Amino acid sequence: MNLSELKEGQTATIVRVGGDGHFRRRLLEMGFLRGTEVYIEKYAPLKDPIELILKGYHVSLRVDEAARIQVENLRGRE
Amino acid sequence: MPQKSITVALAGNPNSGKSTIFNNLTGTRQKVGNWPGVTVEKKEGHLKANGYDLTVVDLPGTYSLTAYSIEEVVARNFILDEKPDVVVDIIDASNLERNLYLATQLRELDTKVIFVLNMADVARERGVKIDADKLSELLDVPVVFTVGNKNTGTRQLLETIISVAKSEVELPRTRRVYYGKDIEKAIHELSELIEEKAGSKLPYNIRWVAIKLLENDRIVKERVRQFTNPHGEAILQEAELKRQGLREFFDEEPEIVMTDHRYGFIAGILKEVLKTVSERRVDISRQIDQVLTNRLLGLPIFVFFIWAMFQLTFSLGAYPTGWIDAGVGWLGQTVGGILPDGLFRDLIVDGVIAGVGSVVIFLPNILILFFCIALFEDTGYMARAAFLMDKVMHLIGLHGKSFISLLMGFGCNAPAIMATRTLESEKDRILTILINPLMSCSARLPVYILLAGTFFGAKAGNAIFSIYALGIVLAIALGRLFRFTLFKGEVAPFVMELPPYRLPTFKGLLIHMWDRSKIFLKKMGGVILIGSVIVWSLSAFPRQVQFSKDYETEAAQIRAQYGASIAAAKGDDLERLSRERDKAISTLETVQAREKIEKSYIGRIGKVLAPMFAPIGMDWRGSVAVLTGFVAKEIVVSTMGVLYAAGADEDEKSEALKVALKKSDMTPLSAYAMMAFVLIYVPCVATVAAIRRETNSWKWTAFSITYSTILAWLVAFVIYQGGKAIGLA
Repeated sequence: MNLSELKEGQTATIVRVGGDGHFRRRLLEMGFLRGTEVYIEKYAPLKDPIELILKGYHVSLRVDEAARIQVENLRGRE
Repeated sequence: MPQKSITVALAGNPNSGKSTIFNNLTGTRQKVGNWPGVTVEKKEGHLKANGYDLTVVDLPGTYSLTAYSIEEVVARNFILDEKPDVVVDIIDASNLERNLYLATQLRELDTKVIFVLNMADVARERGVKIDADKLSELLDVPVVFTVGNKNTGTRQLLETIISVAKSEVELPRTRRVYYGKDIEKAIHELSELIEEKAGSKLPYNIRWVAIKLLENDRIVKERVRQFTNPHGEAILQEAELKRQGLREFFDEEPEIVMTDHRYGFIAGILKEVLKTVSERRVDISRQIDQVLTNRLLGLPIFVFFIWAMFQLTFSLGAYPTGWIDAGVGWLGQTVGGILPDGLFRDLIVDGVIAGVGSVVIFLPNILILFFCIALFEDTGYMARAAFLMDKVMHLIGLHGKSFISLLMGFGCNAPAIMATRTLESEKDRILTILINPLMSCSARLPVYILLAGTFFGAKAGNAIFSIYALGIVLAIALGRLFRFTLFKGEVAPFVMELPPYRLPTFKGLLIHMWDRSKIFLKKMGGVILIGSVIVWSLSAFPRQVQFSKDYETEAAQIRAQYGASIAAAKGDDLERLSRERDKAISTLETVQAREKIEKSYIGRIGKVLAPMFAPIGMDWRGSVAVLTGFVAKEIVVSTMGVLYAAGADEDEKSEALKVALKKSDMTPLSAYAMMAFVLIYVPCVATVAAIRRETNSWKWTAFSITYSTILAWLVAFVIYQGGKAIGLA
């Protein structure tokens, strides 16, 4: 599944960041690495972008960008 | 003699507190400019300590040192080319892992580095303790603790900078990121090749060059080609071969694998230096965001903040604006009284003082506006505003942060355009600048009020509102059009950090406010001065006009006519007659002024241009009015006052001008077309100066002027001719 399918309050583990070179590299540099845990803090009031917590900091990502990130091991509240 | 001057470069992630440290080090002795050739802001400060002259350069905040973004290129080139004596990396201690990523890259360059662990107090509050000695030992780098917003650790940082800068010690070559057996082999082989072919020609660390070539870094490739002639191509070919081999082996781009290794290296360091003291996390920032970006409350609160900003700007700003207005008026009168009658006095009083005065008057508004913006930025709310508005702005192809700039445009476009500096992507910045003038600024309102008030009566409010809406609709349409034509290509990803809220320092706020306001005053001052003098000259020359009648004689006749009766009159009659006489003379003077401007150069230009304005329903007087509006849009009203018969000091409420306009051949339709024209056509001289400065390009400035004027004409044409065609005239 991908990151944009997650709901608020859920956590998952990153499997792979897709998309083109620039985008992937940028995200990797910001810490979106395989095996990193991502927590969905909230969706913006207009449902886009998403606020995430990873590696102890908060970062926002548009929904279509989050859709390029594969995750697994979903947990947290339904 | 030991070296007496030291250059220090400040590097660090955005939001690491870098600018606070910079302010603490240099105080107000700062110079703000642009990096050569790009619109990235460059800050430089000077200080003296222990007999050394220190130049501190604030590099753009970056997460990495690749060649993808312009900020990264600027920061890296400075370190490579200017070779600062020391690079200080500001590390947000509460966010150590990601901040160390940049640190590992800095360590790969041949440069002396100091790590500053900033905001360790915040980290401790979050239950994290950092073993600085261990970190210093593991990376072979001096480590200093600071708390930027409490100004602690600054002295120690300064001492460390000086001692590191003057030390002659060899740079440590161990303790570097280990990229794994296969990549290390490739790095080693490539390094040897470079060493053999061109070792002495490359002014950079060879291992670093090899790493960058394996990462396919376009700028390093360019430099290798440039420095290692004629072996450049051979080196690049070998690098490409190695990249291919690695790609096949890992089934992944080498640079991605290398990024992974850097984080692996960091994870190893963190294990040794980080101690989790307590698991309990009191995260105030997160609690604030439960409210400020709340699903229901987030947007209303944002709207309230913006409303409050405008209220503060325009209602609080109104007092000092009034004082400045009075001051400029007084200065004009005093100087006018001192100087002898003549051309020089007119130039100083009507050209220079009035022209520059009309811009200086915006200063209080601008100071307050920039103070609010600095407050939004320094607290961290700006990122939340972008987070809230991104969905809306993304529809136009813009970034969430563009919203603030566009909104400020409704106040005044010049500072609004300067506020685009908060946008990181140059494409976003230029696009936001280009559509910004379509946000109808407050100076255009008097024109609307005059025209709509005259021709639309009770429906004036609707007419004015529709003009504002027209501007917004055009901005959306053009934003999309430009995005898909001029700024094709991928949209910058919205990977935006939402930093913890911070209590800004008052000094920091004032410095940020003043930095921008200073630009407005200094740089714009020159352009505006020239612009005002040009418009003044065009309307003041030629000096000697062949009047159609002898106004002097006529004025004397009027005086003589009333002279006798006034001498005989008493009480109320005396007053009434004096008033009648003054009125007759002022009417005569207005007629003279009108004839003078009609025969001045600007009047002649207006008449020449009149055929171009005819299809949009404007006569030569309208064209002269919009020409003078280039200095400041509200001048359109006073010019119309002169040309349409009332006194020169008319304002939009004046009944006489309204009556005169109604009697002219203007119709509601042509008035509406003119309103649309005034909305869209070339922005005022202050805004043009801001566009020139912020795009750093005459090409974009010319484009902005051209497209807006052509668009204005087209829209007015469609309104006027379309309206006539359906029988509205």
